[in-house]
Amino acid sequence: MMEVCGSTNVSLREFGCEQTLLSRPDGSASFVQGDTSVIAAVYGPAEVKVSKEIYDRATLEVLIQPKVGLPSVRERSQEQCVRETCEASLLLTLHPRSSLTLVLQLIHDDGSRLACFLNAACMALMDAGLPMSCLFCGVTCAINADSDIITDPTAAQEKESRALMTFAIDSKEQRVMMSYTKGSFSVHELQQCIAVSQKASENIFQFYRDSVRRRYSKNL
Amino acid sequence: MKDTPLSNCERDFLLKAIEEKKRLDGRQTYDYRKMKITFGTDYGCCFVDLGKTRVMAQVSGELVAPKENRPNEGIMFFNIELSPMASPAFEQGRQSELSVKLNRQLERCLRNSKCIDTESLCVVSGEKVWQIRVDVHMLNHDGNLMDAASIAAITALCHFKRPDVGIQGDEVTVYSPEERDPIPLSIYHMPISVSFSFFQQGTYLLVDPCEREERVMDGLLMIAMNKHREICSIQSSGGIMLLKEQVMRCSKIASVKVSEITELISKALENDKRARKAGGRCGFAESMPQERITALKTDETSVEMTDASERANDIVENAEVPPQTVPSPVVPAPGVGQEMWLRYLTVKRRKWSFFIQKHRTNLLKMQHPVPTRRGQKRQNKDRKNESKNSLNCI
Repeated sequence: MMEVCGSTNVSLREFGCEQTLLSRPDGSASFVQGDTSVIAAVYGPAEVKVSKEIYDRATLEVLIQPKVGLPSVRERSQEQCVRETCEASLLLTLHPRSSLTLVLQLIHDDGSRLACFLNAACMALMDAGLPMSCLFCGVTCAINADSDIITDPTAAQEKESRALMTFAIDSKEQRVMMSYTKGSFSVHELQQCIAVSQKASENIFQFYRDSVRRRYSKNL
Repeated sequence: MKDTPLSNCERDFLLKAIEEKKRLDGRQTYDYRKMKITFGTDYGCCFVDLGKTRVMAQVSGELVAPKENRPNEGIMFFNIELSPMASPAFEQGRQSELSVKLNRQLERCLRNSKCIDTESLCVVSGEKVWQIRVDVHMLNHDGNLMDAASIAAITALCHFKRPDVGIQGDEVTVYSPEERDPIPLSIYHMPISVSFSFFQQGTYLLVDPCEREERVMDGLLMIAMNKHREICSIQSSGGIMLLKEQVMRCSKIASVKVSEITELISKALENDKRARKAGGRCGFAESMPQERITALKTDETSVEMTDASERANDIVENAEVPPQTVPSPVVPAPGVGQEMWLRYLTVKRRKWSFFIQKHRTNLLKMQHPVPTRRGQKRQNKDRKNESKNSLNCI
């Protein structure tokens, strides 16, 4: 078994969130992790094209817009990851023959893109008031050349890492909903990273609770 | 997704209010909405809020080969993205009429007015020039996308700094921002577009229409001007017939508005320059309003790792051993087609004719598809089933 000398002081960068920043979408949120920032907007439940409708559930469509240029294959694969996570947590059967559209715009990329997308998506879905069975959050772990685990890496740290993993963790039982990995790592390192991500997700869920509590602190 | 249609009573209400010189949000006829300009973390990223309309522009540059008919000039590329985020009516990928119109107007406003010195973008004549790409993303559509887009684009171009380039003989070195300070673009003037919407066949006019007003308007007049009172482009759409006096009046109003907006842009650029010099962090994260209840920010948090590694160790130790993988999952049974195929593969190394001799009867029974002429049906329809049986026994 490989010895992973994990340092005991992994940290998450400062994060911030603003909800309902756009007036047209049904729900919108911006999520900031360090310098990485993303804006998410949700429209739904709305009318769906007949070609895309599903008879017993809502059709979820995720669109990721990069900052420069047109969306490419990388955006498509990230869209798939986000869509599968959302479909697992949203109660789609409550809105059959409707469409839910989630649009994510990357504002600045300084590492942990996919995790930021997931967090912004969850906050936007909450802001839109869509029924969900659980909340989810995204955590990115990087393993650098010294086999140290770094959570929420910056772009520079991601570049030097040997392996990069993003996990979507659910809020009820801290289980892994989606994983996206790049690079080579051992089984032991994978389990370490999952355990660290589950620990880190507790901070993020606490942040969700705090921001929603703050939001509804004033009775309008 | 379709946008909600405008109801007749809303339309009548808006038109009647405009006749009485009243607007939905209480503005005067010539008033602009509150404008806010903020910048992103890297150079060339700019956000413009015009009331509730939000637009983001990003400028980027890369070295490419120049166009053949202009070997000494750099290339400017403009792209307006009507993101589905901005309005439910916008669809991803499809070039709608509005998207084409906005793109063309922005190009005329910025490219044809020659506000950027493209000759300064040349590195090696005929081989390498800078291609400056401006991407404008619409984040929220609450009317007057064109004005917001033009302000965002020109502000982002003023804010952008391209990497420094050194030429030694045949070698071109591009220095990173850490090695040498990046250089701003040389911009001659700042064209800004002002939109006028007309109602009741040109009788009433409003500056900076919001989304509802845009829906009931008859026509739109867009004047792009710079602060030196030079008109860069005029576009009238909607088929309204305007008198000369109306157009002159609009251009006078536009010159006043453009000078106000240009001053706002210069102030915003100054503030940003000062903030960056002072060393503070700038960007979208910093410009998030803190005092609102819809926004929250936390500091850097640490994650407890102590029992995480123990849990991981437990999981790996208690995991089941993965099943042994079988090298070849297919086991050939005698008298089955697969066996025949395996035999054929081995025979390929030996004599092909010997193989045919041995299995002549079976091979003859196999069907060869007969090429049919048009209109003629296949002749071997009744022999189809027979061949299937023969294949089984092979």
